[in-house]
Amino acid sequence: MSAPYAKLPAWADYGLIPLINLAVAFLVAGLVVMLVGENPIRAAAILVEGALGRGQNIAYTLYYATSFIFTGLAVAVAFHCSLFNIGGEGQAYVGGLGVALVCLAFDSVLPWWLVFPLAIAGAALFGAAWAFIPAYFQAKRGSHIVITTIMFNFIAASLMVYLLVNVLKPAGSQAPQTRTFLEGGQLPKLNFVLEALGFSVRSAPFNLSFLLALLAAFLVWVLIWRTRLGYEIRMRGFSPKAARYAGVSETKIIIIAMLISGALAGMMALNPVMGDQNRLQMDFVTGAGFVGIAVALMGRSHPAGIVPAAILFGMLYQGGAELAFEMPNISRDMIVIIQGLVILFAGALENMFRPSVQALFASLSPQAAGVEARQGEGG
Amino acid sequence: MAHTAIELNGISKSFGAVHANRNIDLKITAGTIHGIIGENGAGKSTLMSILYGFYQADSGRIQVAGKPASIKTPSAAIALGIGMVHQHFMLVENFTVLENVMLGAEGEALLNTSIAKARDELERLERDYGLEVDPDALIEDLPVGLQQRVEILKALYRGADILILDEPTGVLTPAEADHLFRILRQLKEEGKTVILITHKLREIMAITDNVSVMRQGAMVATRKTAETTVEELAELMVGRHVLLRVEKGEGRAGDVMLSVKNLTVKDSRGVTMVDDVSFDVRAGEIVGIAGVAGNGQSQLLEAITGVRQAVSGTVTLDGTPVELTGEADPVDLRKRGMAHVPEDRHHVGLVLPFEENENAMLGYHWQDKYLKGPLLDIEAIRDDARRKIEKYDIRPADCRLKTANFSGGNQQKIVLAREMEQDPKVLIVGQPTRGVDVGAIEFIHRRLIDMRDQGKAVLLVSVELDEIRSLSDRILVMFAGRVVGERGPEATEGELGLLMAGVEKKEAAE
Ligand SMILES: Nc1ncnc2c1ncn2[C@@H]1O[C@H](COP(=O)(O)OP(=O)(O)OP(=O)(O)O)[C@@H](O)[C@H]1O
Ligand SMILES: [Mg+2]
Repeated sequence: MSAPYAKLPAWADYGLIPLINLAVAFLVAGLVVMLVGENPIRAAAILVEGALGRGQNIAYTLYYATSFIFTGLAVAVAFHCSLFNIGGEGQAYVGGLGVALVCLAFDSVLPWWLVFPLAIAGAALFGAAWAFIPAYFQAKRGSHIVITTIMFNFIAASLMVYLLVNVLKPAGSQAPQTRTFLEGGQLPKLNFVLEALGFSVRSAPFNLSFLLALLAAFLVWVLIWRTRLGYEIRMRGFSPKAARYAGVSETKIIIIAMLISGALAGMMALNPVMGDQNRLQMDFVTGAGFVGIAVALMGRSHPAGIVPAAILFGMLYQGGAELAFEMPNISRDMIVIIQGLVILFAGALENMFRPSVQALFASLSPQAAGVEARQGEGG
Repeated sequence: MAHTAIELNGISKSFGAVHANRNIDLKITAGTIHGIIGENGAGKSTLMSILYGFYQADSGRIQVAGKPASIKTPSAAIALGIGMVHQHFMLVENFTVLENVMLGAEGEALLNTSIAKARDELERLERDYGLEVDPDALIEDLPVGLQQRVEILKALYRGADILILDEPTGVLTPAEADHLFRILRQLKEEGKTVILITHKLREIMAITDNVSVMRQGAMVATRKTAETTVEELAELMVGRHVLLRVEKGEGRAGDVMLSVKNLTVKDSRGVTMVDDVSFDVRAGEIVGIAGVAGNGQSQLLEAITGVRQAVSGTVTLDGTPVELTGEADPVDLRKRGMAHVPEDRHHVGLVLPFEENENAMLGYHWQDKYLKGPLLDIEAIRDDARRKIEKYDIRPADCRLKTANFSGGNQQKIVLAREMEQDPKVLIVGQPTRGVDVGAIEFIHRRLIDMRDQGKAVLLVSVELDEIRSLSDRILVMFAGRVVGERGPEATEGELGLLMAGVEKKEAAE
């Protein structure tokens, strides 16, 4: 059992602690930058400038954030059921197949706003289907979901390569990708919104699926905290024994939570496939499934935390790309290291500074700091 | 002249608006057994948690053996020779007894040498104090009564000089409690100091040297045990006169509502825990099942409520059979009128991280009154919780408070309120007053009798002989998985005690 935690005011819990974690992550990242002989302050400036400097950059940042919101929500929903879904990557990849099939079938006959709902359904359905198999094995046979979802990431990758090369590639084409979707398979861009705010955006992939992501975040909040299903998911997440006592079928709730998680991961594919590239191509997920884990951890599995965390990681992606471009000694891999550090401090080591901050608060105002009771200790 | 083991001066602790401890002074003489009593939520556990380093007092001073001590963590407390057996066990469920005892005191880097040493030490302790537990049994397979022993062994293993026991007898039968008291006396003889929190005044009278009474966070009195009475203590605790004896009229038993026939149940290791048990419970009667913890009562309850698979036998609820494959739908059983207060409120009956109102509907959350279309009707849920809080006097009266932050007795009331308010036909109750103060016991017993008088069939499993005797219309005694005897409420404690100890029926009847 853990030491009792003084309860922090919300602003410290959700604002101060993540900020401290971030600051430390950047400090360590700064050391790495110094090691390769660059000025860390200038690197930081380039990174922020690259993420937010101009309308163009902001649009890119938000484009990446869109993907991360979906995958972050996917991980969070499974977390609430105490399932660790590491398979967002594969689920998103297969979700892309759903999007592409819908677009290829309807892009010539329907306008985009009719294709869009079908594509959402396709993405969700395919993503959910890909999550179903590990979920089923976990629920029925107890095969650990972490292992099976990782395996399914690999299977998804192979499956998609096979399909792209042998089935979906137009005859005569060299590239392992589908044909480009027509108008009906292309989501409108949202760059005009930024322009309306006075930014100039030349061309950026920021598109309508961003709004869908925000809507999904709201709906996940409703699901988890305002529906019977969400109540049952949290019940099983906290206490499987109590859930069984309450009549929540373990098998059913595991499978449902994973289907929702997979559907959300699958919907991530809308953003790159229908919103940007307008075709299905190899490896379009580019790690967003894994970033989702960090986003969910940092956002404490709450949509209100996930959205800002996703934007932060969007900044790292976009700003990092600029940084790699501007500073010759900093390669793309270095950017991955910096992102990794943020994940490490903000996610995995989330509790590292918490006890000392709590001790500090407790010593500042002992009366105000209530105490979070430990699990299993009530009286 | 005996010196002072522990001295507390002006200890205060608040949780938000709740003053759990107000300006507490307490002196505990070394080599004595010191009792602490008080209503649920009086702040006893909080005070002990401060002493054990779980909580920090907002103000006040602690002295251990005459020296000022700052106890910031449990390890600091252990280093000062303070050991604690918690009200709610702190065991790793899927570890063995031995692993739990060693946990955090492994000593060396190489586990296998320390395991061997720990095993020797554990076996010595078990022998010396008569605390038999199989060192290789998994905690989750042990009944609560034995888990308790493991907790005591854990503290002894760490060489505690001052042993705090927070309601250790809640799960024990009088015979087991007597056994525990022999151990405590033995510890006292060796010069150790024991702090004993209990709701059972009889135990206070039997074993303590001094007793302190807490009420609403304050220390209201300290007495020499020899110079006080049960009545005085009860009144000091509650602040009013308490009925220590239940009053009930004749029961009027009606139709059979719950019928158990030839039920046999095995545990996860394949050991037969319930062996060919048959009985009926009729509308309007309370059938009590007495027995030493671990004689199959828990498995019996689980099989009847459909959560544990039975090997053979039948259970009928109001004329229709209950699914015994372990796949029974608890929701269906509830719809058919079976309510269940489980023995283990912490892991089964409640989800501790939930808000109180979320637990007030646990298991009944499918009911229309809690739903608004696909959504939860948050207002209705909270109103319902507030109503139960008021009716059952659950404190603090805050339906948004995290359930883990309620005191033990109030958590139990949350479960009881939920199940009783469903107006069930059959009420199955496991250990309804474990860890509950005298005032609340009076209330809960009253409610159980009311349920009976309203024509409910009540099956009561309890290790409290007093409780069984004062509530039941018929008493069944379980020993080693069998029902070894049935008696009326007039049966004497001695007679039941013999049955519970497995002494043959014939002899017991003589
Ligand atoms: N971590 C916490 N956060 C908020 N309130 C708490 C917390 N722990 C205890 N309380 C409150 O402090 C008061 C004292 O609780 P405590 O557990 O010390 O009572 P107790 O005397 O041990 O009761 P019981 O006999 O039921 O075990 C209660 O009102 C309880 O709800
Ligand atoms: Mg207590």
